[in-house]
Amino acid sequence: MRFMMFMYPQIEEQDWQPSAEAVEAMSRYNEELRKAGMLLSLDGLHPPSEGGVVSFDSEGTATVTDGPFAEAKEVVGGYWLIQARSKEEALEWAGRVPGESCRVEVRRVFEMEDFPQDVQDAVSENFGG
Amino acid sequence: MSEATRAIEAVWRIESARLVAGLARVVGDVGLAEDLAQDALVAALEAWPRSGVPDNPGAWLMATAKNRAIDRLRREKTYERKREEVARETGALFALERSEFEAAADDEIGDDLLALIFTCCHPLLTREARVALTLRLLGGLTTPEIARAFLVPEPTVAQRLVRAKRTLRDAKVPFEVPRGAELGERLPSVLEVIYLVFNEGYAASAGEEWTRPDLCEEALRLGRILAELSPDEPEAHGLVALMEIQASRSAARHGPDGSPVLLLKQDRGRWDPLLIVRGRRALERAEAMPGPLGPYGLQAAIAACHARAIRAEETDWVRIAALYDTLAQVSPSPVVELNRAVAVGMAFGPEAGLELLERIEDDPALARYHLLPSVRGDLLEKAGRTEEAASEFKKAATLTSNDREKDLLLRRAEGQG
Repeated sequence: MRFMMFMYPQIEEQDWQPSAEAVEAMSRYNEELRKAGMLLSLDGLHPPSEGGVVSFDSEGTATVTDGPFAEAKEVVGGYWLIQARSKEEALEWAGRVPGESCRVEVRRVFEMEDFPQDVQDAVSENFGG
Repeated sequence: MSEATRAIEAVWRIESARLVAGLARVVGDVGLAEDLAQDALVAALEAWPRSGVPDNPGAWLMATAKNRAIDRLRREKTYERKREEVARETGALFALERSEFEAAADDEIGDDLLALIFTCCHPLLTREARVALTLRLLGGLTTPEIARAFLVPEPTVAQRLVRAKRTLRDAKVPFEVPRGAELGERLPSVLEVIYLVFNEGYAASAGEEWTRPDLCEEALRLGRILAELSPDEPEAHGLVALMEIQASRSAARHGPDGSPVLLLKQDRGRWDPLLIVRGRRALERAEAMPGPLGPYGLQAAIAACHARAIRAEETDWVRIAALYDTLAQVSPSPVVELNRAVAVGMAFGPEAGLELLERIEDDPALARYHLLPSVRGDLLEKAGRTEEAASEFKKAATLTSNDREKDLLLRRAEGQG
């Protein structure tokens, strides 16, 4: 099974650029994951002010909001996609992240088999089945 | 199982291979190393629910195992034993007392792990024993888990493991990574074990016991570890590429009723793009190395051709046929010839495929293999020779033991495939 580990740095946006030491520690951790054969992919993200948000109201109408954003809220700083044998194993790996002032959330990825048949069929119809 | 026990089990899954490998380097015997590692696990199950999981659980387990080892060897020395055994164990004792309790350096751990992989896959052991020992010592699977995954009784697996460890001990197989030419000779055995584990999981149909599909992930994990530890071995990357690309099709391989869906009829939207990308990247690594691709690399290259085609009609059959030509030279087998005939038939027309089939039609290995008449029927049908095709499909139907496949073949014999 697959798990997504989301990193939520609890820092101000001006501190978004990590230090060389932090990057080095994180690289070592990523290497551990890779050597354990469990790392599927990972990415670090630019701060939210350089991105944008599309919000949909209850009618489904989209509104685009460009960064920077006035309100400070919890934002994702990066993610790992890993293969693990249980939630506990994924949590154990999350516990080994060399983090400071951050939160790592572990979420299991939906597999096709987790969906009921009608949902699976809808996926097939939309992807040229 | 309590929450604490589950957490300890997770730590165990992560640490056990390195622990056994590190201990085996010191004591020189994987069986003894496993016993010591188990002692440490028992100690952890007692201590951690009260104290919590330590900051560096790997180091804790290693230190505990080494202390237990010293106790055990000191105690056992007082019994009368064969001279040689005492000498060997005193050596081990000396090494244990001398060795530092801190974690070994990264590349040392890597070497230990690689030595463990090669020892578990030692050619002295039967194929079944190699598979069981690898899953046990490198995958951290329990005996019941291995038994469930391979649909064999638990005592059978337990016996295989005991015998395997005894064989290694009796033959005094050194715990090391083979060097030079020996490495090249012994690598195929390792690759074979990993691919066997993968296929055991891959062959399981949807909805079967959960542990079987899990074997695919475990094989992928072992393959990736091997490729990281021996980055200069093109076939290690070739095997990873092959497994990643094959695994990318998992969700498309079965219909809603569990019946198998052939590659060209699969819904390619269900193929996992991430695994395809990973597979192609691994294949590029194998291709970038000096020398031609080996059997796994070639099979991966064929799989990659299929993965590149967004629709089945876009498949580059000429390239696939050429790759099968090479594969037939590098690793000849009747099954490769059969696949080659299919590819040649797709690339250059059914008559060309039929011509190739003529060369293997009397091969005893294929005498009871339903795919031979089935492939011939398909090529004959495409060549417009419907009557001959029908008789081949009927013949194939008598040879398959799978009811769904039999139905499909009989329908094709009626011209409604």
